[in-house]
Amino acid sequence: MSPFLFWTFAVLMVLFGISVVAQSNPVASALSLVVSFIALAALYVSLDAFFLGIIQILVYAGAVMVLFLFIIMLLDLRAGHQEHARPTTIAGGVLIALLFVGQLATVLSHFPAGRGIPPALSAPVQDVQSVGHLLFTSYNLPFQIAATLVLVATIGVVVLSKRELQ
Amino acid sequence: MDWTFTFISLAKILGVIFVIVLPLVSYTVYAERRISAIIQDRVGPNRTGFPLTVLGFKKDLVLPLGGLGQPIADAMKFILKEDFTPASVNKFYYWLAPCLAMAPAMLTIAVVPFGSTLFGVPMVIANVNIGVLFVFAIASLGVYGIVLAGWSSNSKYPFLGGVRSTSQMISYELSLGLSIIPLFLVMGELNLTKIVEYQIAHGWTIIPFSNLPNFLPGLFDHRAHHVMAYVNWRQILLWVPMFISFVVFTISIFAETNRLPFDLPEAETELVAGYHTEYSSMKFALFFLGEYAAMITGCSIIVTLFLGGWYVPFIPDGTHGWVWGLVNIAVFFGKVSALLLFFIWIRWTLPRFRYDQLMRLGWIYLFEIALVNVILTAGILAIPQSWFS
Repeated sequence: MSPFLFWTFAVLMVLFGISVVAQSNPVASALSLVVSFIALAALYVSLDAFFLGIIQILVYAGAVMVLFLFIIMLLDLRAGHQEHARPTTIAGGVLIALLFVGQLATVLSHFPAGRGIPPALSAPVQDVQSVGHLLFTSYNLPFQIAATLVLVATIGVVVLSKRELQ
Repeated sequence: MDWTFTFISLAKILGVIFVIVLPLVSYTVYAERRISAIIQDRVGPNRTGFPLTVLGFKKDLVLPLGGLGQPIADAMKFILKEDFTPASVNKFYYWLAPCLAMAPAMLTIAVVPFGSTLFGVPMVIANVNIGVLFVFAIASLGVYGIVLAGWSSNSKYPFLGGVRSTSQMISYELSLGLSIIPLFLVMGELNLTKIVEYQIAHGWTIIPFSNLPNFLPGLFDHRAHHVMAYVNWRQILLWVPMFISFVVFTISIFAETNRLPFDLPEAETELVAGYHTEYSSMKFALFFLGEYAAMITGCSIIVTLFLGGWYVPFIPDGTHGWVWGLVNIAVFFGKVSALLLFFIWIRWTLPRFRYDQLMRLGWIYLFEIALVNVILTAGILAIPQSWFS
């Protein structure tokens, strides 16, 4: 993968990630998050993980964030009346960020230090097939549990939204 | 870096966008106006010729058909009109929205194989393994243009249009995605080029055995039973789910491109002009043309998935000479144009749905039909091959 592309998209992703927090307008925040997601998808694609990248756009940028935007617009959240962050909130945020960095460092320390960039796979990867195969063999149980959870949540939403009618 | 690859790709991109798709967009608008006129028993724009006097010629060129210069006149009108920005809009997003409406429609054409090969170069801009998913992902970004236009206009009719389009596009994306899973089950491929190759080998998805002419010398082999050697009972059974897929997919494309009978985001009788009420001149034109570009992309996807792509029986592919390569491209866009005519015909024939009818159709009928169709296809595929022979 070209270092130029990596840095472009990595910088874009981080910049728009900061913009999500820094913007006072909720719509601007949501859109920054979309750009950040697309930059992340571009990073996946440049690592030859086309499937992951496209799913990232399809699910997060194309569906989840559209719903976010929809809700923001419906609630008519206005910019301006931002609450000042309390010390406890800031402390909590910093703590969670530190925990995440620590976790990341622990995971990465298990891999040997790279001696340069490994060669890109020359043959096109059948990533849809490999992901599907893994899901239905090695990770079948977690997959089924997740599916059941989603089903339960769906039924729950239907029941909750119909309750007023009865 | 491989410069030849870069130049060839650039040539393909420029060729497809500026030589084929954009002219096709403007002439689809012209066709829409002429055909609506025919359906409503009017005359329509039939006078405008090509203004050659501007370029120094003695006479303007008015073809026997007339009106073919209309898109040029329309474009000039859009560019020369006052570009008015209302005072109360959110300027940045107001300007951003038309671009977001146009760009995704143009981007998705990148993975569509619009021809076989020309001088040995495959006629697809990006031959990626996840072709169809790429189309869905990029097309799902198209909703941002409409939503932002509705929101940034800071006016109630555009806002209602934006909200309507969001829920409509999200609802129909489900049936759009689900409806073509049977296709993937049968073909085992997401790559659009390979899907076309599959249809060359097995016949168009919705017209099974349209590949039989390939075996013509074998068919008239003085043996009557010979025909049956090429007929596969499984494929006949699979024709049912394939056809259901085609119908659900086409209806969903109508809804995704905001075409009548699903044009609630811009229903004139209720919302003035919907999400682009506050737009004028070229910014409005971008929405307008973006809709047609999305229609062309949608039609190309339908053609690629269900109607055999650039393949027609008896016409060889580009390896037999560049003339055939050009013919294949012409065949592809011919099919797309035929579908566009169908889209236009539907628009001027059917009345608009009510909003609750639209939601019921999407969530209760199309979604369920697509879901059952997946199970049906999987069931047919699970039948052992030995049962058929």
